[in-house]
Amino acid sequence: MRASFVFSEVSTGLRRNVTMTVAMILTTAISLVMFGIGLMVVKAVDLTKDNYLDELEVAVFLTDEISKKDVSCTQQPCASLKQDLELNPAVDTVVYRDQDEAYEVFKKAFKNEPTMLELASPEAIPASLQVRLKSPEQSAAIVKGFAERQGVSLIHDGGETVDRLVDSLRVLRNVTFVGSLVLLLAALLLIANMIQISAYTRRTEVGIMRLVGATRWYTQLPFLLEAMVAGAIGAVLAITGLLSMQVLLPSGFANQLENVVRFPGTFYTAFVISPILLLTAMLISSLVGYVTLRLYVRH
Amino acid sequence: MIRLENVTKLYKTSTRPALENVSVDVGKGEFVFVIGPSGSGKSTFLRLLLREEVPTKGKLYVSNYDVAKLPRRRVPRLRQTIGCVFQDFRLLTNKTVFENVAFALEVIGKPAHTIRKVVPEVLELVGLDGKADRMPRELSGGEQQRVAIARAFVNRPLMLLADEPTGNLDPDTSQDIMLLLERINRTGTTVLMATHDQSIVDSMRRRVVELDFGRVIRDDARGVYGYDH
Repeated sequence: MRASFVFSEVSTGLRRNVTMTVAMILTTAISLVMFGIGLMVVKAVDLTKDNYLDELEVAVFLTDEISKKDVSCTQQPCASLKQDLELNPAVDTVVYRDQDEAYEVFKKAFKNEPTMLELASPEAIPASLQVRLKSPEQSAAIVKGFAERQGVSLIHDGGETVDRLVDSLRVLRNVTFVGSLVLLLAALLLIANMIQISAYTRRTEVGIMRLVGATRWYTQLPFLLEAMVAGAIGAVLAITGLLSMQVLLPSGFANQLENVVRFPGTFYTAFVISPILLLTAMLISSLVGYVTLRLYVRH
Repeated sequence: MIRLENVTKLYKTSTRPALENVSVDVGKGEFVFVIGPSGSGKSTFLRLLLREEVPTKGKLYVSNYDVAKLPRRRVPRLRQTIGCVFQDFRLLTNKTVFENVAFALEVIGKPAHTIRKVVPEVLELVGLDGKADRMPRELSGGEQQRVAIARAFVNRPLMLLADEPTGNLDPDTSQDIMLLLERINRTGTTVLMATHDQSIVDSMRRRVVELDFGRVIRDDARGVYGYDH
């Protein structure tokens, strides 16, 4: 196989249908960007979950009566609630947080919102038992077991918040995946079209190649490579786009997000997502190319 | 070199066979005219030899290849032993004379140094030395056909198939092309030429196989085009 021959054929082929080639490259690129974002969100789901589950707590809020009268949780029913929680095998530690401490935590959380601070007073915030679990998945069982107990006003399950967050991330992931799939379909059709046009404009050449006894590889490889090169360029564009999006995103926005969702960094994009995108593009374009040649180009 | 034994070719879209029970034997180094009116089966005949088509019935051998049973992946090997020339030249308009001839070698993977050596040789043989860098549109019809013949012959095929090679040329130019085909024939290459051109067939006095409605109606060792003139 003479490489110089094949490469010159590929480059003339790409230049000949330049509008079609550009359309195909751009569609592929956008499709891959969406796919890449989808992959980032998948990773973000894991990172966010890990992050939250590490510090996940179940807060068992106590009634006003206990909050006010039993400041050290030594009387009934607070003491037995605490004891039962500590005996539960799923529970790691139980800490009693009285109204004053709770107010401090509240002040910290809303330090940027003075109106909230004005509205609140230590008496308005109930005392609670802060429960840290051995395994976060069991939070629901704690909620069920203690919700009806005397002295409990409300149980706040931190796991639910994480679940809701993760659910919305999953929706985002699905949207990007479906979007990328639709665009990928468009890219596939463009690849198929590109190859057909290419084969048509080169029908004399291909005819001569067949007559003088060129093998299938020689006649068809230029077309396949044309599709693969275009696909690869699309992938490179997509990767560049994703990385610059990550780098150039206003840092304030990124920080704000960072408090809620943990996104993977540029390292992950460059060394995990990028190869996936590149391989996907090459694999799909060569596969479509091969099938198109089988169906439309006689050998 | 070529042997057809009771070959019948029936196209799916047609009720009448394009070739019916054709038996022809062509030896190495022969020069054979295949004549007959349009639709008589000349083209099918040539297409079968190239294995563009497969016989419906009968046996077909081309230079030791059992063409009917040849697996697809070995078809290129068969075609490398056959050179082809057409009425419409089929040159690549965006390539020079040299590149057109070189193309036939490039696509079968011949190394560059071989190409640099043999292309000028064959251009000299067909009388185009000095015109290697011309574009096809700068050449006359006769010269273009010479390029096509050079391309067909550059790989030194065992056999040259020519489908109406003089169909687009004036009588004088046609004579020149025939002389060139004769010269190629003298190198031991079998030449099989399909034609309508009476004067050429009559003047050459070579073997004539006449087809009509897909049957061989005449096979003369030193024939003329027809009896009626």
